[in-house]
Amino acid sequence: MSIRLRLDKPWRPLSAEEAAGLPGQLGVYQIADTAGTILYIGQAGARSPFGLRSELQRELQDRGTGHQFRIEVNMQYRSRWFELLMVYKADHGSLPADNAKNPPPLGRLSPA
Amino acid sequence: MDFEPSEEQQLLIDQVRRFVREEIIPLEAGLDPDASELEPADHARLVEKTKAMGLFGIDIPKEYGGPDIDIVTRVLLAIEMAQHRAGLYVPCYGTFGGAGLAQIFEANADQKERYLYPTLRGEKKAFFGLTEPSGGSDPARAIQTRAERKDNGWVLNGAKIFISNADRAQYGIVFARTDASKGRAGITCFLIDSDTPGFHVRRVVHTLRSSHYATELEFKDCWVSDHQVLGEVNKGFAVANDRLTRQRIPYAAGCIGVAIAAHEMAIEWAKMRSTFGEKLANRQAVQWMLVDNEIDIRTAKHFTLEAAEKARRGLPFRIEASIAKLTASEGGGRVVDRSMQIHGGMGMTKDLPLERWYREMRIRRVGEGPSEVQRMVIAREILGSNLR
Ligand SMILES: Cc1cc2nc3c(=O)[nH]c(=O)nc-3n(C[C@H](O)[C@H](O)[C@H](O)COP(=O)(O)OP(=O)(O)OC[C@H]3O[C@@H](n4cnc5c(N)ncnc54)[C@H](O)[C@@H]3O)c2cc1C
Repeated sequence: MSIRLRLDKPWRPLSAEEAAGLPGQLGVYQIADTAGTILYIGQAGARSPFGLRSELQRELQDRGTGHQFRIEVNMQYRSRWFELLMVYKADHGSLPADNAKNPPPLGRLSPA
Repeated sequence: MDFEPSEEQQLLIDQVRRFVREEIIPLEAGLDPDASELEPADHARLVEKTKAMGLFGIDIPKEYGGPDIDIVTRVLLAIEMAQHRAGLYVPCYGTFGGAGLAQIFEANADQKERYLYPTLRGEKKAFFGLTEPSGGSDPARAIQTRAERKDNGWVLNGAKIFISNADRAQYGIVFARTDASKGRAGITCFLIDSDTPGFHVRRVVHTLRSSHYATELEFKDCWVSDHQVLGEVNKGFAVANDRLTRQRIPYAAGCIGVAIAAHEMAIEWAKMRSTFGEKLANRQAVQWMLVDNEIDIRTAKHFTLEAAEKARRGLPFRIEASIAKLTASEGGGRVVDRSMQIHGGMGMTKDLPLERWYREMRIRRVGEGPSEVQRMVIAREILGSNLR
């Protein structure tokens, strides 16, 4: 049995209350605009003081309101982050706009 | 055998130890605990340093322009190079350069031009495609990927699993069955470019080594010409056998390096930490854990240096390489486990490198031939091959 390839949870509004309610665990997340276009795929690594909560609070501060997000708690945040980026690139031909500004070294994946 | 380092070896050991402590560990402190890469500028700067030390391309044989490092010295340096958080799988973050896979040194002249030299120049990276969903310990029987003759070449169909770096490599060495009737003598080794039509990296396989990942591959009517056969048809396992056994020795040394680093941390902690009004170091239970660490480390170091010394002298070393791999991976795991125990809750955190070593060391009992297969190799030598 393999784990789910794509993040497909419902979007939640990126607001102070939502972010404050997030777990302090490590994991990955996606940020989208109001139309659901993914702008950024991020990771909450072990250097984030409160994991996903800190990262999403920072995203809110940097981006302001008018965005949506979804998360996945995952101790393997690093390999999962690379996977989500590669799957996105395979699906769309390019990285999300904000990842493309500073792309990490990525491999090629052609999911079946 | 005398395993005391010579004066020259000691100088190199000291140089590498300084490099790890003064260059690698301070940079690592600023990285995510699961990171496997330095910032490109830091990497480039440190490569210049290893070049200045005369140690860049440490695994490249002298005849291909590498430094002239014998295998015993290589083991001593591998022990040093592993002594940091990412050190088990990415010693010094690759700043001593790589040599590529053992098999390509036995490629023909044309293949060397296309694969070996670009790899040594750092222009190409390779993956090693042996393990399949049907098994990796006994690939001679397990391999189901078929290569069938077509148009002066071969068509590959099948799947591979747990293949590291296949998504980032420019080519790979892939083992496929070319004669279904011949078992071990029906496997051929192919050089497959990653952009060959029909070659697919299908998914990421997440493992305990979360800093990096393995992948699953599919070959779907993947045609390659005869020029891509490495070695001889049906003799895939004969390619680089000696080099592959040799690789097991520095692999063991990496486990020893991590075990030494974990043990040193445990000693420091035991001397500092008090419970129930007494330093941990004064408790016999803790002392015995430290003694067992010391014994595991010395045992593994002894057997690993013995294997290296035999290989250096040109003596048979297959059984010694298996003993080294076994004692270092199993003993190393025990040392990290005990060191975590002595650290208590702190040992479980990502604040310290112990939890990463614990996860990564566990893989070492399976990778490069599981412990049971190493024991089988040793048993065959002891009992004679007629008892297989
Ligand atoms: C992180 C990671 C990276 C890897 N990278 C690569 C790579 O780049 N390329 C590649 O080709 N492979 C790679 N591998 C695969 C690895 O080499 C195999 O997992 C290994 O060889 C064991 O094969 P298997 O998993 O199919 O186990 P199996 O062969 O199914 O064996 C399962 C278990 O059975 C036991 N066993 C096997 N034989 C015997 C015996 N004779 N007697 C008693 N017990 C026995 C052992 O405990 C063994 O662990 C990687 C694996 C991991 C985890």
